[in-house]
Amino acid sequence: MTSTPVESWSEDVARDIVSNIAREPGPILLCLQAIQERFGYVPAAAVAIVAQGCNVSRADVHGVLTFYSDLRDTPPPPVPVRLCAAEACQAVGGRQLLRDWQQACEQDQELAEVTGVDEPIFCLGNCALGPAAMVAGRLLGRACVDSIKQAVHHHAEGSNS
Amino acid sequence: MSVWFVPRDSAARSVGADAVAQALAERGEAVVRTGSRGMLWLEPLVERFDESTGKRIGWGNVTVQHVMDGSLEEASSLFLGIVEDIDYLAGQERWLFAKVGIIDPLDPQDYVAHGGLAGLRASLAMESDEVVEQVVASGLRGRGGAGFPAGIKWRTVAQNPARPHSGAHESARPHKYICVNADEGDSGTFADRMLMEGDPFCLLEGMAIAAHAVGADKGIVYIRSEYPDAIQTMHEAIEIARREGWLGVEILGSSLTFDVEIRVGAGSYVCGEETAMLESIEGKRGVVRAKPPIPAIRGLFGTPTVINNVLTMASVPSILARGAAEYASLGVGRSQGTQVFQLAGNIARGGIVEKAFGVTATELVTEFGGGTLTGRPVKAVQIGGPLGAYLPADQLDVAMGYESLVEAGGMLGHGGLVVFDDTVDMAEQAHFAMEFCAEESCGKCTPCRIGSVRGAEVIDLMRRGVDADTNEVLLRDLCEVMTDGSLCAMGGLTPMPVLSALDNFPDDFRSHPGIPPQEMRS
Repeated sequence: MTSTPVESWSEDVARDIVSNIAREPGPILLCLQAIQERFGYVPAAAVAIVAQGCNVSRADVHGVLTFYSDLRDTPPPPVPVRLCAAEACQAVGGRQLLRDWQQACEQDQELAEVTGVDEPIFCLGNCALGPAAMVAGRLLGRACVDSIKQAVHHHAEGSNS
Repeated sequence: MSVWFVPRDSAARSVGADAVAQALAERGEAVVRTGSRGMLWLEPLVERFDESTGKRIGWGNVTVQHVMDGSLEEASSLFLGIVEDIDYLAGQERWLFAKVGIIDPLDPQDYVAHGGLAGLRASLAMESDEVVEQVVASGLRGRGGAGFPAGIKWRTVAQNPARPHSGAHESARPHKYICVNADEGDSGTFADRMLMEGDPFCLLEGMAIAAHAVGADKGIVYIRSEYPDAIQTMHEAIEIARREGWLGVEILGSSLTFDVEIRVGAGSYVCGEETAMLESIEGKRGVVRAKPPIPAIRGLFGTPTVINNVLTMASVPSILARGAAEYASLGVGRSQGTQVFQLAGNIARGGIVEKAFGVTATELVTEFGGGTLTGRPVKAVQIGGPLGAYLPADQLDVAMGYESLVEAGGMLGHGGLVVFDDTVDMAEQAHFAMEFCAEESCGKCTPCRIGSVRGAEVIDLMRRGVDADTNEVLLRDLCEVMTDGSLCAMGGLTPMPVLSALDNFPDDFRSHPGIPPQEMRS
C-alpha cells in the first residue's frame, strides 16, 4: 500500500529475495509481497523464480499472484490514489467522489498518469470521517477532489526534493 | 512546562494531526503522540495536562492556524473542557479501550503505569487450565462476528496436543499457534485498527495469556494491507516487547516461551474468514476450507490453533486483571461484557462507543452519534458490516447483542453501525452487496461465485421494471440457495443486506422504470 522508492527489476536480486524467504513456512505469498515491495510490482519473470526457489509449480505461484488484488504485474503509478467504494463512504457521497475523481482524471491527462486510475478499494478503516482516500499510502479523511489533488502534489514535491 | 497530547491514530492523521503536532513542537511544546479517544468527529483533538484539575483538557478540530493564532486557550470556541467529562466519553464503559487515547502506544513504562501486564502477571500465577476457565467464566465471545465462546475454543486447543507442521517429518518440532485476525475488512469498522495503533501491547499481552493457557509457542497477527500505520505500530511494539521480556523466552521470568510475528494481507476481503486467513498465512490463495476439522484441532499448518479477532484477544488482559465475574456481570443474556461499537457513515458524531451489551441502536445512533451528519432523517442503519442487515429507522430500538439482533433479522458482526440518510437508494445498496460478493468471493462455492453475479443482474432488472414480480421471486430463490449452499459467511450472508433492503424498502426496488442499464451501474 505504501509508496516507497523502488528499484528496477533484477533477476539476481529477486533470486536473493526468494532464497532468503523460501525456508519460511508457507513462503509463496511472502516471496511475492517481498518482490513487490522491492520492485513495485511482480513481473511475469518472477513467477518462475519464486516457483523454483520454493520448489512448487509455476501454476501454484500464478494462482497466488492472481488471487490477491494488491499484487500487480505492471509497475505502479508514481503517486497511487485509491478511493474507498464501500458502504460507510457511500453514505457520505463516496459514489459521487468516485465519479468526480474519474472525471478530473479524464480532463487532466497528467493527473491520470501520475495517480494511475486504479480500481477503488473496499474500506480503508476511516469510516467515521468518509469519504476516505489513500494517496501514496497516506490516509485522507473527508476527502474531495481538491484535497486529493493537493495531497498528490504535496507527495510529488516531497519525493522530488 | 505543560505536556500536550496529539493522536497518531491514522484517522486523526487523515485530517491533519501530524501538522498540528509539528506546529506545537515548533512552538517549543512537549508533545506526546497517543492513540485516539475515539471521538473522531473532533479530530484532530488536542489535549493538555491541566495542573489545577490534574486532568487533561482538550480542544477539538484543531488546525495549524489555531496553534499559531493562540486559539488553544480556555476562552476559545474550540475548547472542550475536561476531556474525560465529555458526555460521549463519560457515558461509556471502557474496558478494552481503557488506555487508548491516553497512553503513548509504544512507551512500555506508560503501558505498565496504566495497568498493563496486570492480566499477564495474574495468569502466569495460575495453572494454564485455570486461565482457560477464567475466560470461559467471563462469557467472552468472538468479536469478529461469529460470537463463538472464546473460552470453549481455548479449551479445545488446550486439550489437543501440539503437532509438527503437516507434511513435516513426525520427529519435527511440534507447535500450537495463536492467530489473531486483524483482517478488519468490514466497512464501518475500525476498532481493530484503533486498538493496534493505540494500545498494541494490550493485544500482545492477550496473545501471551492465550499462549500460556493453551500451551502455544508461536503467534501470528494477520493484518490487512490497507492498515499501514497499524502494521508499523505492531512491528515496533513486538520489537519493544521482546526487549522488555514480554515476548520471547521465559516471559516475565516464567517458563512461558512465546513469540509473535506479523503477516500482512494482500487485498482480499474473504481472508477475514478464519480458514481463508489460515490459507493466506500458509502463503496460498485465500480459499475457504471446509470444516471439520475445526482450526482448534487442525489449524495453521495442521496444528491446533486459537483464532481470535483483535478485540476478543485484547479483551483478555482486563478480564484476567479485573476478574471474570465483573466482566460477566456486564451485558444482557448470553451477550456478556462490553462491545466496542463503531459509529460510521452519515453520522454527526462518528467514532468508538464501548458499552455493555444491551444498549440500543437508537441510543448509539441518536444519543451518542447525534443523528446524521447531513441533518436529514435516518433512513437505514446497516449493522454488522457488508454482510449485515439494513434496519429501517423505526426498528432501531433493538438491544445490541448477539441473540437480540438475530431475532430482529440482523446480526452484530464486528459491531459497526453505518448510518444512511433518506437520500439513499436501498436497491442500489442491495445491488452493491451482490457486486461486492462477486468481487470478493474466493470462488470455492458456486452459489457465492455465480449467484452473486446473477443476483446483481436480477436486481438491475427489477430496478428497470423488467418483470419485477417474477424477478423478485427469482431473487428470493437465489438468496435461499446462496444462504444454504455456501461454506462461509461471504456467500451465506450476502443475502442478509439484500433481503433486508428488499423487505424493508420494497418501493426502492420498483421506482426506477425506464432507467437505462448503463446508469444503473453504481
